[in-house]
Amino acid sequence: MSQPFRLPAGGHVDRAQNLAFTFDGKPFTGHPGDTLASALLANGVRLVGRSFKLHRPRGIFSAGPEEPNALAEMRDGARREPNTRMTQIELHDGLVAASQNRWPSLRWDLLSLNSLIAPVLSAGFYYKTFMWPAGFWEKVYEPLIRRSAGLGRASGQNDPDFYETMQAHCDVLIIGAGPAGLAAARVAGASGQRVMLCEQDSILGASLLGQDEAWRTATLAALAAMPNVTLLPRTNVFGAYDANVVGALERVTDHMLASPAHTPRQRYWTIRAGKIIHATGAHERFIAFPDNDRPGVMLAGSAAAYVRRFGVKAGRRAMLFANNDAAFEDFFTLQDAGIGIAGIVDPRTDSAGAEAARARGITVWADSQVIGTAGTLALQGARVARRGSSGTDTLVAADLLCVSGGINPAVQLASQSRTPVEWNERLQSWVPGTPILPQFAAGSVNAVTGIAAAAADGARAGAAATGGDAAISLPTGAVADATVLPFWEVSVKGKSFVDIQDDVTADDIRLAAREGYKHIEHAKRYTTHTMGTDQGKSGGLIGAAVLAAARGERVQDIGMPTFRPFTQPVTWGAIAGPNIGKHFEPTRLTALHDWHVRRGAEFMDTGAWVRPGLYPAPADSDAWDTVLREARAVRRSVGICDVSTLGKIDVQGKDAAVFLDRLYTNTFSTLPIGRARYGLMLREDGIIFDDGTTSRLAEDHFFVTTTTANAGPVMQHMEFYLQTVWPDLDVTLASVTDQWAAMSIAGPNARATIQKVVEGLDLSNEAFPFMAVGDATVKGCPVRVFRISFSGEMAYEIATPAGFAETVWQAVIDAGEAFRIEPYGLEALGLLRIEKGHVAGSELNGTTTASDLGLGKMIKKRGDFVGRALASRPGLTDPGRPHLVGIRSVSRGEQIRAGSHLVETGTTLSLGWITGVTRAVELDGWIGLALLEGGEARKGTRMTATSPLHGESVEVEILSPHFVDPENARVRV
Amino acid sequence: MIRIDCPWCGMRDEAEFTYRGDATVTRPGANAPEEAFHDFVYARKNPRGWHVEWWYHSSGCRQYLKVVRHTMTHEVRTVARATETPEVPSE
Repeated sequence: MSQPFRLPAGGHVDRAQNLAFTFDGKPFTGHPGDTLASALLANGVRLVGRSFKLHRPRGIFSAGPEEPNALAEMRDGARREPNTRMTQIELHDGLVAASQNRWPSLRWDLLSLNSLIAPVLSAGFYYKTFMWPAGFWEKVYEPLIRRSAGLGRASGQNDPDFYETMQAHCDVLIIGAGPAGLAAARVAGASGQRVMLCEQDSILGASLLGQDEAWRTATLAALAAMPNVTLLPRTNVFGAYDANVVGALERVTDHMLASPAHTPRQRYWTIRAGKIIHATGAHERFIAFPDNDRPGVMLAGSAAAYVRRFGVKAGRRAMLFANNDAAFEDFFTLQDAGIGIAGIVDPRTDSAGAEAARARGITVWADSQVIGTAGTLALQGARVARRGSSGTDTLVAADLLCVSGGINPAVQLASQSRTPVEWNERLQSWVPGTPILPQFAAGSVNAVTGIAAAAADGARAGAAATGGDAAISLPTGAVADATVLPFWEVSVKGKSFVDIQDDVTADDIRLAAREGYKHIEHAKRYTTHTMGTDQGKSGGLIGAAVLAAARGERVQDIGMPTFRPFTQPVTWGAIAGPNIGKHFEPTRLTALHDWHVRRGAEFMDTGAWVRPGLYPAPADSDAWDTVLREARAVRRSVGICDVSTLGKIDVQGKDAAVFLDRLYTNTFSTLPIGRARYGLMLREDGIIFDDGTTSRLAEDHFFVTTTTANAGPVMQHMEFYLQTVWPDLDVTLASVTDQWAAMSIAGPNARATIQKVVEGLDLSNEAFPFMAVGDATVKGCPVRVFRISFSGEMAYEIATPAGFAETVWQAVIDAGEAFRIEPYGLEALGLLRIEKGHVAGSELNGTTTASDLGLGKMIKKRGDFVGRALASRPGLTDPGRPHLVGIRSVSRGEQIRAGSHLVETGTTLSLGWITGVTRAVELDGWIGLALLEGGEARKGTRMTATSPLHGESVEVEILSPHFVDPENARVRV
Repeated sequence: MIRIDCPWCGMRDEAEFTYRGDATVTRPGANAPEEAFHDFVYARKNPRGWHVEWWYHSSGCRQYLKVVRHTMTHEVRTVARATETPEVPSE
């Protein structure tokens, strides 16, 4: 297939090879080295998309990441990626791309009628048009907006590719590989320091491409020979953070049809740099004039890049509208390539550029401006008029209108590094000022323009960063003056866009100013100016200039919106990296996990832990059958539960007892060796933090357990007080949660069971009473036995070093065979604790006090401890606070729900809520725990538990939370 | 991302640490009045400028560190051990 706009020679494309691709289903060919944009231009495709809001026809506007219009949906199926810039997509064989924002087709877009109702879609239209009537939002407005606006479509499927996360350190990071960046790398690399050079483009060189290829090639060869220099092409630094840390996205295989095996699609780099050299270059800006978005209007430097780099003519007959000589030089490249020249429109009265142009036989309309464009789906011409005159204008025929309003140095990353920006009169733009971090700027970002001058500036920066020698050979190429006449907008009636991607016009900015959104940050948000994928790289400053004029101020006095990451879009896949699915967070398995799997347990996630929820048996008809069977085994005979996930902290040292006395509401210094005690820990504000049992193993050695959820936070809390508040205490802490497996054996036959296997410890009630602790062995494995109970039954906890877990567990199971021992899971554990009225996470919820939960007597009267002072505040001791109570449905079979509110029957005022419910085994029907205002006084009364979410109301009795053995006799037999 | 030069482990990323808060407040003595504890728990200066903060090296040595950080610029000037009193720049 022919490429009518391809030049016969020149550029970084390999004309010997053809690559086949489709755009909107239509087949085309291009060459290796092309971007999708250059290949489409070579094929004469001018219309590539519709605009975001107004659905106006749009063409390729630039040759880089600043592209506002040419956004494509790349690939299809699960690999479809919306909003990719055609100017950055490297062409490859079999590439599939589609235009966006058109329905039903690109040429016949019905929604371009939006242009006719454009007055309604003005600045702030979201806030105005769609406010009323309220009910219309979900049913009418939102679907309408979703159909008509919005960019491309996500695939909706799982991403089949994988992404890597990279960590890197270097002495000098150079961002950008144009003349300045390459020269800086050459100098910095020669110093021997570790240098990284990131370039967002696929090939290094930027403006050197098609200009000084010899210097570029020699420099790249020199850099490739330096082992201390890492070159990262296709890598965009998207954000600069504190302390010279930057994030970068490397597009590893985006230029291939599919990733080769074991190769990621993209890499997400975190780079910690000693010094940073910003050689980020500049983005050309356009000029606001009516219909400046017509397909065929293009940045002047980009039109030149298509010639120099891709050997592509962006049109047949070109004209230029520019306020600076550098753009003239780019335009001459078009003439030299054989593109027809219609002339140059220059708002300046006189310039060196105009003189040079006339010498080349080019018509120059000086002191003139473009006041409009002609054509519908493609540019047919531009209307030229003298500045200041109203009336006569000339329609000049052209299919390519190159525009340049000057350049905007790419200060984004420098500004994100907190380098203040300064106004540059010559460029009429912002440049980096004095950096705060160890950073440098070089080349056009530093207002040093022209290839040789930029390279010299890069060498200077490389030397400044490393102490190296800046004397290197310099490239040759464009030298033209980038000085501009301040000229932002052609002030005539019409749609003059300042943000082409977001369909923001100069009038929209003025409207925002009139309506009070005068601050640059407010105007930005009100109009969506600079909020697209291009982040206003080309037009941002133009909108600011229009706003400044509306305010009667200078553009440099109103500032710019804060630059934030990301400078270019970054995919979610790259951000997530390998942390997806099961790898999103670590999975913690207990030492007994394999046994649970073999036993057919159903597992539940509790934080990172995976714990058995229940152990279904073939005869069980539903989960309740299983849970009730397991819980009954505990109440009537014996059960065994893996409690290894409880936090365990080993506390040792001369002052261990004093330390625990200060951390807990109760006293541990009086605890005898070989005994355990239930402890309650408050936060400093008086609210309960955690609970658990603590055992004294020796005078100076305690073993603390915490709840599963708070294992980490309690350890951190203890470390804080030990290290920062009482550093004089002689105490050492070690988290031993994973080192010890633990199992609870509970039920009337618990002792009879473990007596068969525990050796070296007299387990009789007299010798080993409730809350006793002792060392023993099971099958030769060392164990610690604790006589503590969560279920309310006689119970023992056996802890053993994790490696012995299964041996000990199996020994106990075998010993319990005669009593039909059942393993029980989290569900049965929850049932048993609710029956017993033991509090857990739903009650220790960060809002409850000791007295709220009936634990007030655990607060010691003497001595300081964390939380003591503030726990006595009136708000925390108010008797009207919600208090822990038990509840039971009056009609026994009636289910109650956790989360239901408790109200006086016949009223709707919530007096409390239900924290946990279960079917009971000790008594019939449903029971639960609740936090209820004035709960103590309401015991024995009836209330309504209501769940408006489910439309349910259940009559319940208010009872003591201790449904089972309130005297606590069973644990002591 | 802030980089913290842990006196025990060397220069590390912020991601290894857990922020604990103001290190300029000290826990009142055992017999101090409720108001003193109120201030200890709730009253904070929230300065614009240099500040001393507790950072816990939770993914490292498990030590609490006193970090002298600028709240506007995030610059870290000094990283001291828990028992040390680091110098705080006047501005």
